[in-house]
Amino acid sequence: MNAARVWVTNPRHDNARPAGIPAGFVAGPRRRGKHGGSELTQTAFRMEARGVSKVFGNNTALDAVDFGLLPGEVHALLGENGAGKSTLIKILTGAYQPDGGSIHVDGVEVEFDSPLDAQSYGIGTVYQEVNLLPNRSVAENLFLGHQPTRFGLVDRRRMDREARVLLTRYGLDIDPSSELGMHSVAVQQIVAIARAVQLSGKVLILDEPTASLDRDEVQRLFEVVSGLKQQGLAIVFITHFLDQVFALDARVTVLRNGKLVETSELGEMTRTDLVRRMLGKDIAFSGSTSLEAERAFDEVLMSFTDYGRKRSVQPFTLDVHKGEVIGVAGLLGSGRTEMARIMFGVDPADSGSVTLRGKAVSIKAATDAIGYGIGFCPEDRKADGIFGDLSVRENIVIALQGKLGWFRALNRDEQLELAGQFGEAMDIRAASLDMPVKLLSGGNQQKVILARWMATDPDFLILDEPTRGIDVGAHAEIVRTINRLRNDGMALLVISSEIDEVVAYSSRVVVMRDREMVAELRGQEINPGIIVQAIAAHEEAST
Amino acid sequence: MSRFPLNRIINTQTVALAGVLLLNWILFPGFFKIEWQDGRLFGSLIDVLNRGAPVAILAGGMTGVIATKGVDLSVGAVMAVAGAVAATMVDAGHSTAAAVAGALAAGLLCGIWNGVLVALLDIQPIIATLVLMVAGRGIAQLITEGSIVTFSDPALIYIGTGSFLGLPMPVVIAFLLMLLATLAVRRTAIGLFIEAVGVNRSAATLAGIRSRLLLIVVYSLCGLCAAIAGIIVAAYIHGADANNAGLWLELDAILAAVIGGTSLLGGRFSIPMAVVGALIIQAMNTGILVSGYPPEFNLVVKAGIITLILMIQSPFATMVLAWFGRGEKRSLRCTAACARSWQQSPSSSSPMRRPSCSFRRCFPRVSWAIS
Repeated sequence: MNAARVWVTNPRHDNARPAGIPAGFVAGPRRRGKHGGSELTQTAFRMEARGVSKVFGNNTALDAVDFGLLPGEVHALLGENGAGKSTLIKILTGAYQPDGGSIHVDGVEVEFDSPLDAQSYGIGTVYQEVNLLPNRSVAENLFLGHQPTRFGLVDRRRMDREARVLLTRYGLDIDPSSELGMHSVAVQQIVAIARAVQLSGKVLILDEPTASLDRDEVQRLFEVVSGLKQQGLAIVFITHFLDQVFALDARVTVLRNGKLVETSELGEMTRTDLVRRMLGKDIAFSGSTSLEAERAFDEVLMSFTDYGRKRSVQPFTLDVHKGEVIGVAGLLGSGRTEMARIMFGVDPADSGSVTLRGKAVSIKAATDAIGYGIGFCPEDRKADGIFGDLSVRENIVIALQGKLGWFRALNRDEQLELAGQFGEAMDIRAASLDMPVKLLSGGNQQKVILARWMATDPDFLILDEPTRGIDVGAHAEIVRTINRLRNDGMALLVISSEIDEVVAYSSRVVVMRDREMVAELRGQEINPGIIVQAIAAHEEAST
Repeated sequence: MSRFPLNRIINTQTVALAGVLLLNWILFPGFFKIEWQDGRLFGSLIDVLNRGAPVAILAGGMTGVIATKGVDLSVGAVMAVAGAVAATMVDAGHSTAAAVAGALAAGLLCGIWNGVLVALLDIQPIIATLVLMVAGRGIAQLITEGSIVTFSDPALIYIGTGSFLGLPMPVVIAFLLMLLATLAVRRTAIGLFIEAVGVNRSAATLAGIRSRLLLIVVYSLCGLCAAIAGIIVAAYIHGADANNAGLWLELDAILAAVIGGTSLLGGRFSIPMAVVGALIIQAMNTGILVSGYPPEFNLVVKAGIITLILMIQSPFATMVLAWFGRGEKRSLRCTAACARSWQQSPSSSSPMRRPSCSFRRCFPRVSWAIS
């Protein structure tokens, strides 16, 4: 099978572990990628995937993709959800075995049986959710599995000392014996990186490391990444934020529908160029559109007066009009999610009153809120949103069925009808309505939850971070959906950390700070500068 | 429902039951012989059904609880309570109907207690129901005042030993209950809600399901099932034995539910399959008994066969089977769904016709099993 491969160059091939890849998979003409074959023969890749394919059933997740990783580079892997990024990563880290093609480390063909196996070749991975033990100390987390020992017992003092040395190298001045869970996510993320680099040391794969970090923390992480880059580590960086790709000056590989689109230097490329490659089409990028002049407010739908809950959110007063989008801006922990939960009745309010179309109502539970035509897409999709093991169909009909009650069951045909109708309206991409929803990508899961609420025909929809952790394409679709629903006369309250996004679709912006509503911005006031000022006012005053 | 009847009936559980029955037949050739005597059927097979009925009834209620990601350890003790209540009430001169109603009410009350602990106080189910598992037998002893209360009320005894259309009463009761429960969960939205709460209770609450009420109802029904099983067992021996009635049966019920394909992590469940699970357990008990092996082998053989059944159902086996069947077997349900959406909207914009799935190239079950 190697005869077919004209560009096998490395003489150390005899060291290679037996490659058990069936010969049939490699044969046949192969696309060489647009960056040309000559580059491949000359560059010494630290790690390389040659024509790897992965097939799930009849679904080709990855189709003859070439991916080369140079020492001392940050290589961004871009693509929409479902483009094959995670499949490629899982192959590189040994979680999946490729159905075709080969993996080379330092030019030697290898075959990973497991992630542990990949680690022994120097491939380390840090996942989006930190995979460490929050209730153990930082040092223990760094050395877990290979603690320094003395007389057969863990030498705690030496472990702490070594951990401190290691941490200073990453610019972290924290007590190694402190519990990991006490520290911010960014620190935990850096500890995870330190551990991965220490264990492997050639290649570092960062899978959406910035998803749960704020701006300063991202900056800090980038410093660490740049430092590692200078040390000659090859770093794969997966992110949904294009700004970060530019900030890191990464080389980029773009995947689309399981195929390699392009690998290239950033060079002259702009954001739009990247997005075009990822989507294969032009999109009006969210954030660049601004709302037309101040909209005339329609009639008041709901009005919250001094509405609040002890130890949750200070009382706030807010009118919700038909056909408007209220954007909620604020830092994490500013009380924005709590506000949504009180409005929806999950945590009932203990002060104030609420009226619906002028009539006083009482919202003490989610079922009350749904009865009054309110819907709520929670922030944590996995924990509070989707029913992973249930089918897409059941996930879509569940809220409507909840509204109908226990005894007016929708039968299977009605469920299929509804799920098909709202699934199509939301453009959910699923192989089947009967497949478990956990197999869908994040963006599609978010659309399933939106479809779930659409099915209940709500008047007022609360969306808590609807675009978090989903790819650019799905992001734009959800922003479009928000605008469409607003134009259809629905009232929406959208919580988001992305200020550009809030500016793009809001007709009013509410700013939360320290569990209190501190500003309500309209018309010309809705611009990123003023919002940031309102969010930050307190911090400036205190420093 | 009748689109793939064969597919619905043939599955791991029924195949395992057939296998165990076949094994019994090999060891004891008269196993399948059924005789008609004194207006009712007799035979080893009828014995399996009759003796398996209490566990089958328990398993029905237990399946609902397990599907909500819970477990009810108290059902054995609740059986004892219900038996004690029924026995003492008929002995005190109450009518049979009143005694049965009293026993059912006691079971319901026990179930509500469990449900309140789990749903309102958010105590972990295994601990919450452990309380009644321990206390229940004490309560039963208090009711019977420490002795075995025997009775001779013919109507009550009929529940345990009588027959209807040739079949023993416990079998008839268990069958009717299974039918009723299956219809109740599948013809209403309760089944979907139970699965939703089991998979993700927080999301279920946010989607507008009254999770707490649902949990209380599920635990109450489990208590009710236990009470029915308790009455049957008491009626069978003409007396209430607070110490031994239903002893360890909670474990058989949990096992039956798990053999029936309900995961202890909650979610998908099937009451008929749990009943099949109960019958598998009883068929093994009876088989070892009639085959003439020394009873010492009983527990070990039982454990071995159960391990085998669980291995067949394990994710590992599913993966191995999927590997053998890859590329051939399409998921019938999946194909059906795709075909439907194809018929409804053949336009290329339909979400069902993305590259990953066209009508013919349907997503097979294989890849689900792998992930």
